[in-house]
Amino acid sequence: MQALLLAAALVALSLILRRRLGLLLAAAPEPRLGDFGKRLKRLLIIGFGQSRQPRYLVAGLVHIVLFAGFMLLSLRSMTLLAEPFSPGISNIGEPYIFIRHMAAALVLIGCAIAAWRRVVVKPARYHDRNATVSHTGEAVAILSLISFLMIADAAFDFGESEAIRKVAFWAHNSALLFFLCLLPYGKHFHVITALPNVFLSSLKPSGVVKPPSYAESDFDALESVGISKLEDFTWKQLLDVYSCVDCGRCSDHCPAYASKAPLSPRMLNIKTRDAAFEHYPIRGEITPPEKRVDLVGEVITGDELWSCTTCGACQEACPVTIEYIDRIVDMRRFLIDDGNLPATLQKPMAALEKRGNPYGKMARKRGDWVKEVDTPDGEAESGVRVLKKGDECDTLFFTDSCAAFDPRVQETAIAFGNILAQAGVDAGTLGKDEVDSGHEARRFGEEGMFLALREQNLDAMEEREFSQIVTTDPHALNALKNDYDLKQPVLHHSEYLAKLLSEGKLPLKPLGDNRRYTLHDPCYLGRHNNEYAAPRDVLNAIPGIETVEMERSRNRSFCCGGGSLNLFHETECERRMGEIRLDMASESGADVVVTACPFCLSNLEDAAKTTGRENEIEIIDLAELVQRSLGGSKTTE
Amino acid sequence: MDIFVCVKRVADTSEVDIEIDRTGLALEEEDFSFDINEWDNFAVETALQLKEKHGGTVTALTVGSEDDEEVLRRALAMGCDDAFHLSDDAFEGSDGWGIAQILAATLNGKSFDLLLFGTVSADEGAGQVGGFVAGMMDLPLVSLATALDVDGNKATVRHEVENGLERVLEVDLPAVVTVQTGIYEPRYVSIRGIRKVSSVEIPVQGVSDLGLEASQVGAGGARVKLEELSLPPQGQGAQILEGSDGEMIDKLIDLLQENGGL
Repeated sequence: MQALLLAAALVALSLILRRRLGLLLAAAPEPRLGDFGKRLKRLLIIGFGQSRQPRYLVAGLVHIVLFAGFMLLSLRSMTLLAEPFSPGISNIGEPYIFIRHMAAALVLIGCAIAAWRRVVVKPARYHDRNATVSHTGEAVAILSLISFLMIADAAFDFGESEAIRKVAFWAHNSALLFFLCLLPYGKHFHVITALPNVFLSSLKPSGVVKPPSYAESDFDALESVGISKLEDFTWKQLLDVYSCVDCGRCSDHCPAYASKAPLSPRMLNIKTRDAAFEHYPIRGEITPPEKRVDLVGEVITGDELWSCTTCGACQEACPVTIEYIDRIVDMRRFLIDDGNLPATLQKPMAALEKRGNPYGKMARKRGDWVKEVDTPDGEAESGVRVLKKGDECDTLFFTDSCAAFDPRVQETAIAFGNILAQAGVDAGTLGKDEVDSGHEARRFGEEGMFLALREQNLDAMEEREFSQIVTTDPHALNALKNDYDLKQPVLHHSEYLAKLLSEGKLPLKPLGDNRRYTLHDPCYLGRHNNEYAAPRDVLNAIPGIETVEMERSRNRSFCCGGGSLNLFHETECERRMGEIRLDMASESGADVVVTACPFCLSNLEDAAKTTGRENEIEIIDLAELVQRSLGGSKTTE
Repeated sequence: MDIFVCVKRVADTSEVDIEIDRTGLALEEEDFSFDINEWDNFAVETALQLKEKHGGTVTALTVGSEDDEEVLRRALAMGCDDAFHLSDDAFEGSDGWGIAQILAATLNGKSFDLLLFGTVSADEGAGQVGGFVAGMMDLPLVSLATALDVDGNKATVRHEVENGLERVLEVDLPAVVTVQTGIYEPRYVSIRGIRKVSSVEIPVQGVSDLGLEASQVGAGGARVKLEELSLPPQGQGAQILEGSDGEMIDKLIDLLQENGGL
């Protein structure tokens, strides 16, 4: 009897999983093996350790209890399944019985709390404003099934008569096997896929974008680019989609979702999964691609995809390490290849191609800002100069387009240049031979543009000698560090300033004000390059400075609205990301927001103006603040 | 449904300090970047939209030097089937009539349903060539089209007339239509798209291939000659209004009314 039940369940499960696996096998390749040790560590910490759960305390703790209960009880469940074949095997011993009963009781309580939250509390995060169906019913059904398992298990242990125990035994085993077969139909598929998904998660820094194809490294040789249909995803991207718990943490952290832009990262998963389940049905034929509604362009719209600033908050929040940026970039790659770039972005993109900067400014003027730097007289080896071909210097200052051309942001480059001059650093720029780093071009899916810009910059660098690179733009930092493959080390100016401080080259003086300062972590410095300490070290080195932290700081930082090409693309939204961020700064009690990114500076300053707060809250770049502190309180405005 | 579309490569002068060169008859081009004339880009997109709807082919034409070939490659990357580059030293200095003669000679004897132009070019802005070609080839012409569709051997064209009015016309094919911006949003051409067509051979045709006399075209054949080029005089300077928002708005309204702006 038990053998029959078990065999039937296993056959059913295999049939159910056949199509789920079939799609993974039809998908594009992606290497995700190797580095077993690192993977095991992630599995233990994020998977079994549930390390990302407590960010939401109540829900997180409930999940940890349910998960731990499942782990503890799985031994019991398996031995119960084996009981008819080997009587007595389920009787493991006194200590386990006690643990098991405790676990079952806690799981029951956990289920009750979870159901209560689903039905009564209804946290906003559970219901996505773009969702067409609610998953509450599904969640409650599964919670009931789990509770039923716990009760049946207890009845088997404590049943008064043999008959009750027998009924409980079969009820438990049937329900367990039914539960197993039910999982691949919805969001509880994660019970099966989440742990493998964590084990197989990306080990590359989050600032690295996946190549257009793992099978063909020559971009020009690719027949098609990007994702337009289910089979274009890599198998891992689909495993991500299968593993989505629909918990809404990604969208709850997404600045685009918060601004009421069309994007909800959670819905990218749900819509893709719905399409996968529809077109790769468990029963019936696979729908041929030409008979499906276009996944990219219709089901997932361009507006959704262009709303993403690639800030990475979603990936950082996901408890099962689902990756979004690569998928969004891959879908954008298809749109670009298909000619679908929003009209607002066509001019800046063309300007990038023709003039090397999205503003369409004359390439010849790229290095003009350098003339504004105060280089001490008679010290030829100090300060910033434009390097001609064949010149050499110690530190190459890669300015990138924004600091080179935006008048407000030029001030930050000049401030940093002044600091370098004062600290006696021999620095140079590529001048008119520098072009945009191409960071956003790549992330907007215009890979060909990125490759062309990178080649020009690499040629310009090849013709000059320097031992390290510094940039005031975290996007440029990310591009040079992760996309360029340079032999010289690349530093962000916050890191460079921290280094100068430790060498005693920056005699900072008190600012002489009573204002409170808060640091806004730029996404590409913090989340994507894991540098949270350097800007804080520099800030706190200013004597007498009072600092506060925003609730959403460090890896939970909230994107200002995005850099470079994002500045040209006004996404439809209710309240701009920069304005929401400024509200957070005000709530923290800060009078000054210190940032270390040209785009954060621009977006937050704009937000201060549009919300009428320009006299209440100051936005300043770290370099400007250091320059101010070097001058002492007398130069404070 | 076969369409020819004529395109021109023009200088992008935005953000550039414009200077007149030593001859006094041309601009310093050093800082210019070049791209397809915006109106022509809309004409190419319109042709491709019609092709996608009704089938057929789209062929792009340009008159110009070696450098001008890039706009034909761009048109091919957008989806044009063919391109002809009309290039000859003898074409140098042609006026609008000369350019029209080159195009008419190229199209002579070729079968097509529609011949599309951009309404004007961003550099010289004369808006002559489309009309000249229609005249030379004895074809009906509709200018400033804002919508265009084809049904059998007739086209329906919406076009702008004075005072912001629009009219819808029916026109026999083959016909010449000059296209206004905004008709269809032109598709983006990726760097990869351009590279994919980089090795496509684009045939070049000159004076003798087209059966023209060198004296008909070029500077020698031009009946309109450039005499002088000058920059607009410096303005009188801006006026900065002061006061509260309300006061500034009142002053602005007064000023606009005084100067006939309202």
